[in-house]
This record gives sequence, structure tokens and C-alpha cells, in this order.
Amino acid sequence: MSEQFITSIPSVSPRNHNHVTWFDSLFAGAAWFAAATVLIVIGAILFVLIQGALPALYKFGPGFISSAHWNPVTENFGARVPIYGTLITSMLAMLIAMPVSFGIALFITELCPRWLKRPIGIAVELLAAIPSIIYGMWGLFVFAPLFADHAQPWITEHFGTLPIVGVLFTGPPLGIGLFTASLILAIMVIPFISAIMRDVFEATPRVLKESAYGLGSTTWEVVRHVVLPYTKIGVIGGVMVGLGRALGETMAVTFVIGNAHKLSNSLFMPGNTISSTLANEFTEAVNPIYTSSLISLGLILFLISFIVLAVARALLLRLQANEGLST
Amino acid sequence: MITATDLYLYRKRRLVNMASLTLSMLATLFGLLWLAWLLWTLVTQGIQYVNWDLFTQTTPPPGESGGLSNAIAGSLILIVLGVIIGAPIGIFAGTYLSEFGRGTRFAAIVRFVSDVLLSSPSIILGVFVYQVVVIHMGHFSAYAGGLALALIVLPIVLRTTEDMLRLVPDRMREAAAALGAPRWKVIVSIVYRAARSGILTGILLAVARVSGETAPLLFTALNNQFSSTNLSQPIANLPVVIFQFAMSPYDDWQHLAWAGALLITFGILLLNIIVRVFLPEPERQR
Repeated sequence: MSEQFITSIPSVSPRNHNHVTWFDSLFAGAAWFAAATVLIVIGAILFVLIQGALPALYKFGPGFISSAHWNPVTENFGARVPIYGTLITSMLAMLIAMPVSFGIALFITELCPRWLKRPIGIAVELLAAIPSIIYGMWGLFVFAPLFADHAQPWITEHFGTLPIVGVLFTGPPLGIGLFTASLILAIMVIPFISAIMRDVFEATPRVLKESAYGLGSTTWEVVRHVVLPYTKIGVIGGVMVGLGRALGETMAVTFVIGNAHKLSNSLFMPGNTISSTLANEFTEAVNPIYTSSLISLGLILFLISFIVLAVARALLLRLQANEGLST
Repeated sequence: MITATDLYLYRKRRLVNMASLTLSMLATLFGLLWLAWLLWTLVTQGIQYVNWDLFTQTTPPPGESGGLSNAIAGSLILIVLGVIIGAPIGIFAGTYLSEFGRGTRFAAIVRFVSDVLLSSPSIILGVFVYQVVVIHMGHFSAYAGGLALALIVLPIVLRTTEDMLRLVPDRMREAAAALGAPRWKVIVSIVYRAARSGILTGILLAVARVSGETAPLLFTALNNQFSSTNLSQPIANLPVVIFQFAMSPYDDWQHLAWAGALLITFGILLLNIIVRVFLPEPERQR
């Protein structure tokens, strides 16, 4: 060992030292450049999308967002149907996913025996690892027929006649449509939301929880009045991450949404989202204004999800800064 | 003294507690039910079509028998391309965040943007690469597909690399520096070596993530009915083949799609389990 040290001493001669600092700054420069690449990529994506979207935005103006036309033959395009579909499916997905994710996080942090924690955590995370195209196939070939045969007629019969909300549940039992897409989206985002909720719940200081238990609180009361208030920013952040995912999810939705450029009041009718429109039509778009309209849709999607995800990150970062959460 | 109201309150609290805990257990079952159902579907639908031909024959025209060999090979090529392009940049960028830019504003921005990039819709990446590469080359290509996947690999590897490098104690860096090692040497032979399995975890997770990605490949690598190793030409790949075959009206094609879906899902699950069981747990990516 000592011999090694002795032989290494001459390498710190002045000449070699210059060489070393030269290589050091090269290394640091390369690392800096790699980090900057991330910013360049985001900038380039934004630039390319805006550049591609300009012809359509120029032709249709702000009316592009509100127009419900989508006609490749007459070259008249509007984003209302896909934007509506994207927002409705994502919102509905969040309505389903939020309580379930909360339940899972609660179960893992407060109820689950220690030995079961990791297997259940891994199982839920595997749900996130399954590719979205698999969800799509399963939704189209397995879930949709079952849903159409067994659940949908019953729901339409019992809820379709309700005043105001009834219209949401009307229509022929197709199996596919906005509702099926939302349900599958919900299943897909549950792992993301519950993983974040679990992490922030676990970051609640033990002392706080134990004091509440010591005062005689039930588990639910501890979660409701101590853990949730303490972690609410993180919980909202987790929900926003899930929303960001749901907004941009493509393949699963493409399979089950029905791909109809129609606005319908019923959740059981086919629709379209921005991402499924892109997946279906982008390679088929032959004339420039068609392509440009599709890229405009992409730009809208990118902006919406960027804002949602940025807010989510900012919330989670704030939690980290305030409360010393190590994520 | 315990009054009737106290007793009532006590019972009510117990009841609310029981109800909420039961609901939370049901929620967990609800989540796991889908996983089990999905896997069950894949196995029952796909296993009967998994045979030797699947790995040796190329994708057939409708009505003929065939396999997925070209799609499997193409997928591997695309994944390797994506990792070759994305992983080094990710590792270097993660190195910057952990070793050089600690606490700087620039590093904070990069970390933030990388996290957003990681969760942003992958189909947008496809559109981006289409506009930048495919239009200029004039046709779809494996390069374009690999590049689109690299854009997903990059933020995953960046995140895990940074997290794993941060786990290396500063004492080790200081000890190496005190021996006269220049900074790059400290990083390459001390920090990287200590965090090696963590960095590998990041790359494996990235591979698991991109191997099922379909949306970014639709407009970039597209598909190819034949075996091809020409990187500047369209290339067959499992996800797009599964998509096209599943949506087709032909039974043979749908069967192949289920077999492919089974292969890809269990490949990815296996990779995930290996990573989680054998390698240190990095921060989960979101």
C-alpha cells in the first residue's frame, strides 16, 4: 500500500498539475453541458411545437380553441372536442383515483403489518410499470365487453332517468367511451398518487402522531387531524402529478375512447382526447394545415400538462423545504 | 362519570374509525385487483400463442402464421439506442447536479425541468422528434425512435444518478481529495464506484420504462414488416406491432398481439422486481 502512495506523489509535479486542472475543467464542462441539455431539450420542444402550430393558429385564430369543427376534407379544424375530452377524462379519473390512492396510502402507512408493507408497495408500483398499451388492450377486449353487457344497461336504467345528471349516463351500451377511458386512466395514476401520499405521510414526525394517539385519538382521527393537515401540500402535489400523467396518457385512451370527434353530454358516448387524436391522425395528416392543427393540439396539451406538473413540483419542493422531507 | 352522550360519542368515533379503516383496506384491494386481473388476462390470452415460432419467425401478413422476431429484435435495438444516447447525458447531468452544482440556482432549475420532462406526455416527444428528425430525413427511422426513447431515458437516469451520488458520504470525497486526486478522479474512481449499483438501477428502470413506450415510436420508428438492422430505415418494434395487430380485424394478428403483450409485460415486471430486490432503492421517480 505505502509503495502506491509514494509512486503517486510525483504525479503532482507542476506540469502534471496543469494537465490535471485542464482535464478537470473539461470534465466539469461536460457535466455542465449535460445538465444544460435538459433545458435545451425543453426549450427545443417548446420552440418546435410553436413553430409547427403557427400556420394553424394563424389561420384559425383564437377561435381554434373553441371551435368544435374537425374536418380534414374542408380543412376546418378546432380543438374544442379533444380539449373537452382530455379535461373530462382526466377530471373523472382524478375523482376515482384520489380516494382510492388515499386509502392505499393510509393502509400502507398506518394499518399494514410491517412484513406486508414492502410487497404491497411493490405490487402497487408494478401497476405503474405496466405499459399503457397493455391497459388499452385489456380495456378494449376484456373490460369494455363486460362493462357493456353487465354494468352499463343497469346504470343507464337506474341513473339515466335522474334529473340533470341523468344525461351523463344515457346512450347505447358500447362499453367504450369517456367513462371507460376515465376508469382506466384512474387505475393507471393510482400508483403515482399513492406512492407520493405514502411518502409524505411517512414523513410526518412520529412525535406528532404519538402525541395524538396518547390523547386517545383513533387511527382515523390521527390521520384526519394530524397527518393530513401536516402533509396537505404534499398530498395536493401528488394529486397534481397524477393529473399531469392523466392529461397526457395516450395509448390506453386511444384504445377505449372510441375516437369520435363529437361533443356528447353522456359519459358513455365515444369522444376523443388530444393525445388520442394525435396518435390516430398524426401520420395520416397529409396536408400542411392538418398537420399544423394537430401540432397545435400538441402544443396545448404540452402547455396544460407543463403547468400542472410545474405546480405539482413546486408544491412538493415547498414541502421539502419547509418540512425537511428527504425526497 | 361516563354519561350517555360520552358513550354515544365514543361509539361514534370507534365506528367512524372502523369504517374508514375498512374503506382503506378495500381501496388497497381495489388497486391490487386490477393488477391481478390484468396479469390474469395476459396469461390466459397470451400463453397459448407463446411458442418457438414467436421468436424465430417475422411478423406475418394477415392469415398466415408467423412470429415477432423482427419486432423483438427491433425493440432491443431501439432500447439500446435510447440508452446509448440518453444514459451518458443523464449520468453526466446527474453528476453535475450532485458534484458541481449543489445548491446553485442552475441546478435547481435543471432538476425541476427534468422532473417535468419525465412526466410530460410521451406522445409530445414523438411529435417533437418527428418534426426535428423525421421531416428532415424524409422518412421514419430507427434513429428517430431511439432519440425519442432517449428523451425518456435522460430524466430517469439523471434523477437516479443524482440521488445515488448524493448518498455517497462526503468523507470519501474529502479523503480522496486529500490524497491529491484531482476532482474528476475523485468522481470517476471513488464516487461512481461507490454508487455503481445505484446508477445501474437507474438505467435498468429506464429500460423498463421505455420498453413499453408506444406513443413516441408511432411517429418516429413506425414499423417494418421485415427484419431490418438498418438504423436509418423504419424498424419493427414490439409496442407498435402490438398496437397495430391488436387494432386489426384479423384473428392471427390479434393472437400475436396478446403473445407480444405477455412477453413485454412480464419482461418489464421481471426487470422491475430484479431492480427492487437486488439493488439499493433509489428515490422513486415521479
